[in-house]
Amino acid sequence: MAVTALGMMTPPSVSTHAPPYLLEVDSVRKEFPGVVALDSVCLRIRPGTVHALMGENGAGKSTLMKIIAGIYTPDQGMIRLRGEPCRLTSPLDALEAGIAMIHQELNLMSFMTIAENIWIRREPLNRFGLVDHAELRRRTRDLFRRLKIDLDPDQAVGELTVAGRQMVEIAKAVSYDSDVLIMDEPTSALTDREVAHLFAIVEDLRSRGKAIIYITHKMNEVFEIADDISIFRDGRHILTDAASNLTRDKLINLMVGREITQMFPKGESKIGEVVLSVENLALEGVFSNVSFELRAGEILGIAGLVGSGRTNVAEAIFGMTPATAGTIRIDGKPVRVDSPKTAMAHKLALLTEDRKETGLFLMLSVLENMELAALTDRYVQGGFVAQSELNGICATMKNTLRVKTPHLQECIENLSGGNQQKVLIARWLMTQPRVLILDEPTRGIDVGAKAEIHRLISDLAAQGMAIIMISSELPEILGMSDRVMVMHEGRVTGTVDRADADQVTIMRLASG
Amino acid sequence: MNASVNSGGVVETPARRPFKMPVEAGIFLVLVAIALAFEALGWMVRGESFLGNSQRLVIIVLQVSIIGLLAIGVTQVIITSGVDLSSGSVLALSAMVAASLAQTSDNARAVFPMLTDLPAVVPVIAGVLVGALAGVVNGGLVAVTGIPPFIATLGMMVTARGLARYYTHGQPISRLSEDFTWIGAGATPVIVFLVTALIFHVALRYTRYGKFTYAIGANAQAARVSGINIGRHLIVVYGIAGLLAGLGGVMTAARSATGQAGMGMGYELDAIAAVVIGGTSLTGGVGRITGTVIGTVILGVMTSGFTFVGIDAYVQDIVKGLIIVAAVTADQYRMRRRKKA
Ligand SMILES: Nc1ncnc2c1ncn2[C@@H]1O[C@H](COP(=O)(O)OP(=O)(O)OP(=O)(O)O)[C@@H](O)[C@H]1O
Ligand SMILES: [Mg+2]
Repeated sequence: MAVTALGMMTPPSVSTHAPPYLLEVDSVRKEFPGVVALDSVCLRIRPGTVHALMGENGAGKSTLMKIIAGIYTPDQGMIRLRGEPCRLTSPLDALEAGIAMIHQELNLMSFMTIAENIWIRREPLNRFGLVDHAELRRRTRDLFRRLKIDLDPDQAVGELTVAGRQMVEIAKAVSYDSDVLIMDEPTSALTDREVAHLFAIVEDLRSRGKAIIYITHKMNEVFEIADDISIFRDGRHILTDAASNLTRDKLINLMVGREITQMFPKGESKIGEVVLSVENLALEGVFSNVSFELRAGEILGIAGLVGSGRTNVAEAIFGMTPATAGTIRIDGKPVRVDSPKTAMAHKLALLTEDRKETGLFLMLSVLENMELAALTDRYVQGGFVAQSELNGICATMKNTLRVKTPHLQECIENLSGGNQQKVLIARWLMTQPRVLILDEPTRGIDVGAKAEIHRLISDLAAQGMAIIMISSELPEILGMSDRVMVMHEGRVTGTVDRADADQVTIMRLASG
Repeated sequence: MNASVNSGGVVETPARRPFKMPVEAGIFLVLVAIALAFEALGWMVRGESFLGNSQRLVIIVLQVSIIGLLAIGVTQVIITSGVDLSSGSVLALSAMVAASLAQTSDNARAVFPMLTDLPAVVPVIAGVLVGALAGVVNGGLVAVTGIPPFIATLGMMVTARGLARYYTHGQPISRLSEDFTWIGAGATPVIVFLVTALIFHVALRYTRYGKFTYAIGANAQAARVSGINIGRHLIVVYGIAGLLAGLGGVMTAARSATGQAGMGMGYELDAIAAVVIGGTSLTGGVGRITGTVIGTVILGVMTSGFTFVGIDAYVQDIVKGLIIVAAVTADQYRMRRRKKA
């Protein structure tokens, strides 16, 4: 294995006076109750580079980044910034030292405007000591112009899509003008177009000598943008090498420690009767005239850019924001779905896109998170919950989906992002739906687990479940779907069969 | 659903969870510490034992059992990340209604001269229903109109007190039947309190009702998406809180053999204090009845202890206030620690 030792890595072309590494992490260890999240981890980041971190869910990437950003303090080891040892005890410390971080979970205040969110704690003041809103707006416009972001600074963040919010987070992080910018899975909610936009921003930062630490589970991104790649497994640093020395397969092998044979294993499944049919569905001002049929055993992919209305269609079918016009039929019979509860009574399930807002109960345990949706019909007798039965099923789910947690009673907030996602998938599988709608199901999930989840989805289809899968990852859509429906600005622009579906066709339809 | 699990997985499974001390244990220690402090003060100031007097211990629980009854309802409301400020006033209104239906016929100025000498179940049920109705109105306001619980229940607090006064134009109601007053006699309030606590302890931990209550408090949006009818559930939770306040009113009227519009004044704050001292978090999603029971007893021990060592009432309130602030601070600290681990 051509593992380049850290010291032998090609020295960067900087003057001999400046330390070659902007940031060094030296044998850091971090333990949580029941888990060693990081074990003598070393990492060195050069200025003017993009350094990708890769590894399975729960490998310790976010934990390491939170240590660098001053959120956690390491149990052992230290951090050197520009060659100087530094002790960061709060995110504020880190920001002052020139380290900014975009978190895996979004952290914006929904009721405040975009501008207020970006400059929080750094608001420009007028001579009365009050916030100078004109200046605030001006700064935001300047920032957006530089980053080519097209958003209104006065809009409330709560009104934005997940992708829009993510762009605001990015703008906010860039606005600190830090030397080190950490991005923890910034693209998990973005479609290709926004990803390209983000990459342009990253290129610009790199050319200005900043160091970017970039966490992602998406292989193609890594090879597109990273200069160096570090791989983590089970809390240990496995290797660091230049991206040009690595291949996709080698990367997967190092991350997972085993072979992944097939990424998108959509097998043959018997396509049966029409289970769900949607006719001229519309939500005023958001989407209109959406019609499709979904058969048992079929996987319907929905592609489109962010804001194309894919998520809204899913949320309308599931009754989260009921449609204003159109009919939904189940087994040919028209049904009125006015809340998720009624949708679930018709054996529908929806894994939502925004796991923090509409998915997780952060202060509850893994078990309580997993079992909740199943309590509405099954496993309850005379109001009493059949807890021991549920415990057994949850334990099986945990093993099937390989959720990394010390025990089911662990608070879900302590799980890594990808593992939280797996718990939510388990929640909906436990309801044993007939129609399963998945909105970005593998968001933040590592390659290995992704293959597992794809296999699981495909098995479910084979058993006759009807599945709708929304995804911003074209390869996932193309690999898994029997048919692909493409949306653009609230309209269906085309539906393509598996045989005719390719990247180009879909992109063309997606851009209208 | 038998997706095979590849070998070389990273799933580590120490099947059992490591033993963690429940929050209640900490609160219980606080209770013991406070009791021992009074014991020591007792010997120092009065030369006698505080705890050694078994009659006092019964009185302590008796004094707070009505507040405890309210606190059990308020706990559930606070777990949904709401609050109930109306319990004291609802208690008064229920007490008035129950008393008015429990009068004997030898009373020349009965509220309802036609409705005297009724069997005791009538005033009991009427009082409890009035409370439940007030609670349902609270829940409806919160669920349907989206008014913040603080405001909705503040409105009910003022309105219910007003209704209690208006009911007899401020006149107390007396001469209640013995069948009725028997309900509040002796240790019955304590028994009612503890049985109610047990019922809702079980309900919160082992029923769907309980699971939904926690889920709504932890993340209302996610709860809705998981198929919970939030509005209906909130109406039930506030309704139960009102029902327990109504029960408290019936007990209070029965024990004192009167109905007075000023009953239960300030109880809502004592109830909230007991809940908070018991470790239920005002941010919602967290809390247990056992904690609330201990919190209630802590309040009782403090009141009784202060009187025992002769500290005047004003200072009592000051100390009580400080303890509430300390309890909330402890909650904040727990929350942060849970986050940072
Ligand atoms: N606050 C915490 N308390 C307890 N355990 C924690 C805490 N934070 C992280 N962990 C555990 O530490 C391990 C590493 O988590 P981390 O979030 O760093 O993973 P990750 O590599 O970022 O994974 P992902 O790709 O899923 O985001 C996980 O097993 C996680 O459960
Ligand atoms: Mg992470």
